[in-house]
Amino acid sequence: MVLGTYKNAVSARATDKAIQKVSQDGGIVTALLSYALEEKIIEGAVVAGPSETPWKPEPLVALTSDEIISAAGTKYTFSPNVWALKEAVRSYGLEKVGTVAIPCQLQGIRKTQSYPFATRFVADKIKLIVGIFCMENFPYASLQTLINEKLNSSLSLTEKMDIGKGKFWSYTQDEELALPLKDTHGYEQAGCNICKDYTAELSDVSTGSVGSADGWSTVLTRTDAGESIFTKAVDAGIIETKDIADVKPGLPLLEKLSNSKKTKADAEIKSRIELGLPVPF
Amino acid sequence: MLARIKRWLGLAKPDDDQSKLEEAARKKAEEQKKLEEQKLQESESYKPTQKTEESSQEVENVAEKPRIGYFHLSGCTGDVMSLSENYDILSELLTNMVDIVYGQTLVDVWWDDENPMPEMDLALVEGSVCLQDEHSLHELKELRKKATYVAAFGSCAKNGCFTRFSRGGQQAQPKHESFVPLSDLVKVDLAIPGCPASPEIIAKTVVALINGDLDYLQPMMDVAACNQNCGCDLQTNIVNKALCTGCGTCAMVCPTRALTINEGRPECNKARCIKCGSCYTHCPRSWFPEARIKQDLGL
Repeated sequence: MVLGTYKNAVSARATDKAIQKVSQDGGIVTALLSYALEEKIIEGAVVAGPSETPWKPEPLVALTSDEIISAAGTKYTFSPNVWALKEAVRSYGLEKVGTVAIPCQLQGIRKTQSYPFATRFVADKIKLIVGIFCMENFPYASLQTLINEKLNSSLSLTEKMDIGKGKFWSYTQDEELALPLKDTHGYEQAGCNICKDYTAELSDVSTGSVGSADGWSTVLTRTDAGESIFTKAVDAGIIETKDIADVKPGLPLLEKLSNSKKTKADAEIKSRIELGLPVPF
Repeated sequence: MLARIKRWLGLAKPDDDQSKLEEAARKKAEEQKKLEEQKLQESESYKPTQKTEESSQEVENVAEKPRIGYFHLSGCTGDVMSLSENYDILSELLTNMVDIVYGQTLVDVWWDDENPMPEMDLALVEGSVCLQDEHSLHELKELRKKATYVAAFGSCAKNGCFTRFSRGGQQAQPKHESFVPLSDLVKVDLAIPGCPASPEIIAKTVVALINGDLDYLQPMMDVAACNQNCGCDLQTNIVNKALCTGCGTCAMVCPTRALTINEGRPECNKARCIKCGSCYTHCPRSWFPEARIKQDLGL
């Protein structure tokens, strides 16, 4: 299954204008985590919050919707959110934790749930994981190169970054800059090259831009918990949806990209094995 | 509550015709064990064998009440305390699910000249072994004979952990200086790392044993061969091998906050690291039980 196991696929966006204004795409992560917080399904959420350095996220244990909203928008570099999950459970005393995670983070979290060797009373407190589609991630220094050197811009002036339609986009207040994606290759982290998961296959609900129109997100509900909370959020009017079958480019493009990530990873895995290097999958 | 926990642990519903099932389960488990043993001997690698077949044993097998022994070598009792922290299922576990046949902490049974050590299905051995302590050595050799499975229970038993820093010179036994993990001296079948091992993993291990679910135990059998852990494993085996993605799982599981993530990569403060091996054990890039995770999530 090229998109992993899922129950339903829709195109969706948050109805809240405040979320729409700051979100990367449809604001699904922000809306779902905020909704879960308000409905007391979770008591807090670990998100990729802002730091003092522009575009360098820092894990944040968010206890209010405002804090969750402060983390909206994609940052194309590391935020070790999994690290802060223990902080959320221990220091903040949360019994029900939500989080947002890219595929490798999901792998770390889910492994601790199935095999909780050293995570006493942490793994079972993670109640909701919203996964985001991820093709690759960049070290912060790579972002500096892409923005400062290749686009002759600056990270502090950048208001939004986006990868789509074959380009890496950077928006400042008055400029729209684009770099062909092939110029970003070689700057992604090496660990991504063996990753076969594009659509966050181990999440409760996964979401991303590919497949849907600008300002909307493609959403796949996967687990019972994920399906239930997403349905409730839609029924409550927090999220509006469209049938993915009526949306262009829709699932075929998502499947194509997912397939291409898997194929590339398989080739890299094969070549690493030939070199005698270890590969976990 | 109990039902919920049992579900979470993957415990099967007891069947009416238990004896037949038990017999079948036991045979199957024995066969599998032989296979696993062969495998283990063939490959001493840390990476689990790739499994493609889904296990259906979980629902089929309700093995007989396993006989469990608890052995306390050079450990701190933290792991058996962790076992007891399965609060709401503990009495059910100890009364109806397992027989504790040996142990000085949980039950008042131990081995001496008058009382031979009983046979058991699983020996949970906590602590490393002091080479200058004859009694520990004898107990270890004897339990290896009496137990079908020997589990290194906690990181001291698995890889030495904190006792790796021991160097003797203290009262009242200045000569007691050398502490080694169990697998330096006897064959260890499975390891349950962690400092301490979590209450959940202990319950899950025992339940897997009851269910004859060797599939679940496979990673624990694979890690049993690796007894040289340290925080620097992440650098040498993950970062150096182009595997790290900066997810932060290692830093989450570190019990001493020796690990931080700096520029997306783990950084180990070796003055804080107690060599428990939890970081490497949990890293999704050291080994990855994909089939089990999907099964657990219903995906």
